[in-house]
Amino acid sequence: MSRYITRLRMRRTYKWNGRPVGEDRKLKRKYYESMSISVEGKTEDATVSSGQYILIEGDDDDNPFVAQLHKLYTDDSGKKKTAVVQWFVRMCEVPQNKRKLLGRDPHPQEIFFYQDRSCDNEVDGETILGAVQIEYVPAENSFPEGKSKDILFVKLLWDTKSFKALDPELMQPPQSPKSPPPSSRGPQTRALPTPDLSVMKRAMSGTLTRGSMSTGKMNSSEAESLHSASKLSAAKALSAKRRSRASSGPHVRKKLDLCSPTKNVSRDDVLGEILDEHTEKTLTSKLNTSPTGRISISIRLTPLNLNEEERVFPLSSHSPDKPKLTAHDKDDATSVFLGVQSIGDDDPDSLINTSRTPRKREATPRRAGLRGLKARTPSRRKDSAALREPALAALAEEEHEDSPIQTAATPRSKRKSAQLVSSRIRKQLNVLGNKVDRLSDGDDDDDCFIPTKTDLQSSSDEEEEAKIDSEDELIVKKRRGSRTPRSTEKTRVTARTPRKTPIKKTAPATPRTPRHATPSIPSRSAPARKPGNVLEEARARLHVSSVPESLPCREQEFQDIYNFVESKVIDGTGGCMYISGVPGTGKTATVHEVVRSLQQSAEQDEIPHFHFIEINGMKMTDPHQAYVQILQKLTDQKATPDHAAALLEKRFSAPAPKKETTVLLVDELDLLWTRKQNVMYNLFDWPTRRNARLVVLTIANTMDLPERIMINRVASRLGLTRMSFQPYTFKQLQQIITSRLNRVKAFEEDALQLVSRKVAALSGDARRCLDICRRATEICEHSGSQKNGSGLVGMSHVMEALDEMFSSSYIAAIRCASVQEQLFLRAVIAEFRRLGLEEATFQQVFVQHQALCRVEGLQPVSVSEGLAVCQRLGSCRLLLLEGSRLDLFLRIRLNVSQDDVLYALKAD
Amino acid sequence: MSKRRSLTEAQCVSLAQKLLRERLCHQKLPDRPLALDSQYKHLLELLRRTAVHGESNSVLIVGPRGSGKTMLLGCVLRELMSLKEAQKNVLLVELNGLLQTDDKIALKEITRQLHLENVVGDKVFGSFAENLAFLLEALKKGDKSSSRPVVFVLDEFDLFAHHKNQTLLYNLLDVSQSAQTPVAVLGLTCRLDVLELLEKRVKSRFSHRQIHLFSSLSFAQYVDAVRAQLSLPPDFPDPKFSDAWNHSVTKLCEEKSVEEILRRHFNSSKDFRSLHSLLFLSVSRVSVSHSTLHEADLLEASRLISADSKAIILHGLSILELCLIIAMKHLNDTYDGEPFNFQMVHNEFKKFIQRKSHSIHKFEKPVVMKAFEHLLQLELVRPVDSGVCKVQREYQLMRLMLEHGQVMEALQRYPQCPTDVKQWALSAFA
Repeated sequence: MSRYITRLRMRRTYKWNGRPVGEDRKLKRKYYESMSISVEGKTEDATVSSGQYILIEGDDDDNPFVAQLHKLYTDDSGKKKTAVVQWFVRMCEVPQNKRKLLGRDPHPQEIFFYQDRSCDNEVDGETILGAVQIEYVPAENSFPEGKSKDILFVKLLWDTKSFKALDPELMQPPQSPKSPPPSSRGPQTRALPTPDLSVMKRAMSGTLTRGSMSTGKMNSSEAESLHSASKLSAAKALSAKRRSRASSGPHVRKKLDLCSPTKNVSRDDVLGEILDEHTEKTLTSKLNTSPTGRISISIRLTPLNLNEEERVFPLSSHSPDKPKLTAHDKDDATSVFLGVQSIGDDDPDSLINTSRTPRKREATPRRAGLRGLKARTPSRRKDSAALREPALAALAEEEHEDSPIQTAATPRSKRKSAQLVSSRIRKQLNVLGNKVDRLSDGDDDDDCFIPTKTDLQSSSDEEEEAKIDSEDELIVKKRRGSRTPRSTEKTRVTARTPRKTPIKKTAPATPRTPRHATPSIPSRSAPARKPGNVLEEARARLHVSSVPESLPCREQEFQDIYNFVESKVIDGTGGCMYISGVPGTGKTATVHEVVRSLQQSAEQDEIPHFHFIEINGMKMTDPHQAYVQILQKLTDQKATPDHAAALLEKRFSAPAPKKETTVLLVDELDLLWTRKQNVMYNLFDWPTRRNARLVVLTIANTMDLPERIMINRVASRLGLTRMSFQPYTFKQLQQIITSRLNRVKAFEEDALQLVSRKVAALSGDARRCLDICRRATEICEHSGSQKNGSGLVGMSHVMEALDEMFSSSYIAAIRCASVQEQLFLRAVIAEFRRLGLEEATFQQVFVQHQALCRVEGLQPVSVSEGLAVCQRLGSCRLLLLEGSRLDLFLRIRLNVSQDDVLYALKAD
Repeated sequence: MSKRRSLTEAQCVSLAQKLLRERLCHQKLPDRPLALDSQYKHLLELLRRTAVHGESNSVLIVGPRGSGKTMLLGCVLRELMSLKEAQKNVLLVELNGLLQTDDKIALKEITRQLHLENVVGDKVFGSFAENLAFLLEALKKGDKSSSRPVVFVLDEFDLFAHHKNQTLLYNLLDVSQSAQTPVAVLGLTCRLDVLELLEKRVKSRFSHRQIHLFSSLSFAQYVDAVRAQLSLPPDFPDPKFSDAWNHSVTKLCEEKSVEEILRRHFNSSKDFRSLHSLLFLSVSRVSVSHSTLHEADLLEASRLISADSKAIILHGLSILELCLIIAMKHLNDTYDGEPFNFQMVHNEFKKFIQRKSHSIHKFEKPVVMKAFEHLLQLELVRPVDSGVCKVQREYQLMRLMLEHGQVMEALQRYPQCPTDVKQWALSAFA
């Protein structure tokens, strides 16, 4: 695929083909049917038109982004070309940890329909590389063989959580390319037939809104209500239409875009226009301040209890099955106004609005979205057309009327303090929401036209909200994190839409490496035997590697780290934490436990998903390999350290819409020390970047590592979030063993206490403690066969194990040494005493040795033999020998204390 | 069969020699390690659990050189592999600190021995970092119950502790302490202080099991071991010869002089390796005309082994060189071991020639210098510090690398040593 030429090599020019096919006066947009791309040095121009599949410039020159072009338009200045697209993802864009969900090897040319409403679907038209051919393959069929390499196949749908079968209808462009864009007020729109129900339904399910949308139940209920709309009261019909429109509502969404501060100059006019058009009682009455005064002042802290408060309100509302996300979009315009004017008053709803405002602001035009786009079906067009008709004033009114409800749909404060509470509330919400849902179903149409119901909220919204809660937050975070102030560098940002880093696959250092080697140990022929008796069971449980159900005695540390990481993940911010403690105090285990439980809650959608990667200073050959490993674990590409550093640098500083928070665990931090400390510097600097969303947890042994080895600028970036793991006390050690054994009765109480006290006194290392216990069970097993015993590990066994592990072997070694070796040691001590020094040469000692031999009545040894004896003692490290080539002048020191030697020799 | 029974004596002798040499040169593992029963059981049990239950372990086998560490391990592995369950499963990786001098080489060797997929033929591709990542990934993918357990044998374990950051040890021990591929890390070392070499993180991951091999043999057991080592097995083709041989060996061991030799050896070192070299030398003296081991064989072998290497060199010196050595010895006595230079030695030698010598000619100074340089080459004399080359050769400070006793002994044994030289050596004053 490398033939797709990228901006690095080629310059392209983009031109509209023909006249604009439609125009949106409010938005000052002109819609075009197609665009031609001419590449320098190539004669023929490529043409892309709506409905076609296109390639969009991305990170990876070899694998450009794939999308289906929906619309092309330009703003009034005519300079900026924007394309609205439906994204497709390649397997390499799917997060690594999710790839296994596919359950098979992806076809090299396989792509997936991307269904994620959080992803921006407007791109700069000038990032389009050209057209590509995509074929839909039904899920049950296999991939066609022998086709050209350039054809991509789409089979499944990827909604950021799972792969699903793709409805081929989704692949159809939302409207026939020839028909004008929806907001153009051509007469032909009115002439369109009433929406076919099935199309409608498809459109709904295709809106790619919430997780709840994809459930069949929701779809059917929606369809049902739509259906009923056709024959029931006018009000119902209206609300149904509105709903369907809401699910698509590009029109209003665009209005939202206009409201955002980063929108182009025409903002005020547009606002006025909107106001004129939708003059509405509630709105105008509240709008006592100028509409332009809005956003900058609109950010407010929302009280934590907001959710609850709202729930207490009579939750009478309409449309229980309102598709949420589009609802936001739709009412965005209103919410902005509301948010502005209601500052200072206590209307809870306005509080909500204000809290939402910043998000909206950041969402700006490109947020537009996947949502809605799919739903651009004839029915919607009809809706919007109808909307324009003055006769249908009620409709307009209603639109505003229902907006507050939708505003309330996201009544969540995004502040982290709120999160803890809200997570707890969520569960209750689920219960409550269910109840109210049924209730509100009934009074759907009654409440429809109560205009001042700003403080109400849709109970169903609430319910769904509870479900998608975290997901929604994630999006918000993403928005917040990933945008730079648009007004300043609008074009540039758009030009790179989902910018990450331009990734060039670098060849591995040695190209001859077998590339597809899978690292694995062959599996055994028969599965390992399970533990047979109590002692074996206990031993298995006591092995350090066995993962305990819980980590006792580290609850406080667990909670602290958990809170730290969770808050960062929820906020989408970054940060560093330094964890210290002597070996075997559970640092790494605790962090893993934290990540495990965070991942669990992410699975349950309580918090946003995040990426966890782990590096270990000891598991790399060079500090700079850290970059390589991080990059490989993040994106699965290989690079040289320098290149990897550059790529990571880009990745963490560039905004990207699809980014999830990365939690990086750096174990054995001290080994990443380099003279310039650039590895450490980068690791701690990235989290401070605006768009990084990186949480770095570092682990090392010494408490004062930052002060000792880090230069100021590194230590400063590490910050002061530190935690120290104290060595375990004997009680904690005892508890650890007890909890590990978990009712397997293998130890006597006293024996446990002895072990834990002994270990606590020496090091507080839990590993040591477990190892001793394990050894004690072995000793027990051996001795148990001989004598009685309760079968339990008793004091004597533990004592023996302790002895084995802690006692010095020097004395035993001296006792077992040969006569000449013992004599030589005595000679060494004698010579030390004579000299008054702790060092002697071999010659001096040898004289003593020979004298001692005579005293003992042994035949004196030759120099060669004496030297051999000396070397033997030296190899055991009973003696320390220096300069063996000095021969007779070899310097000798004792490695044991003289008292120990004498003690060992005397007892002999 | 009858033919085989009536082997000629020559054939019997050579067969017996072959058998004993195999035994003494460690080519064949003994059936059962001597006097190491408890250690044997412990290690076997440990490895069996790794092989059968997939339990990870780490253990150090510590003992002085020649105490039978490798032999013990060999016996244990032999028995382990005879277990059906283990045979098919266990992967063995053997490393030696003297061969794998850094982690890079060690990693390649591990990868090669494990036949991982980045091995092509016998070559391992990829950089150090890639290899490490690959191996770790491979080990990480395994789990307790389904992967084949790997036994890592690290001979000269202490040398691995000198590798940079102890990366290899950390990773192996870390695997042994986490739920990955089951591994057993066996370290063999003779250093008693090996744990102090380990970095604290590495140390924490080591299980602290140590198997010590200290021989607590008594002399009687030692003699028994000698007898067992020299005896021919009952399945020797010629029973008559083997009976005769075994009988002679038993008798030999009871002899007083032999016992003395053995006692001397036992006192010097208890390990079997030095015993083996003694026995090997004596067995080599057996021939057709000399078909049983004799006392003299052992005596000769012992003499060879315990001979002082420098004394032997001294026997080959010329009289002039010997005189210089004596002069140096006198200088050492006079100045209490302070270094001397050639000029001093020459003066001393001249004094001897002038005053006492009757038999030795006067040598020219260059001739004496030449002799001195020969001694220097033999390293019987060494410059104090070789770094200083500016000093003239005559004045360079030297030390004698011989003990007083060695010189005297050499003089005693020197063939046809002139009496005046002997007397000069014996006289307290030059």
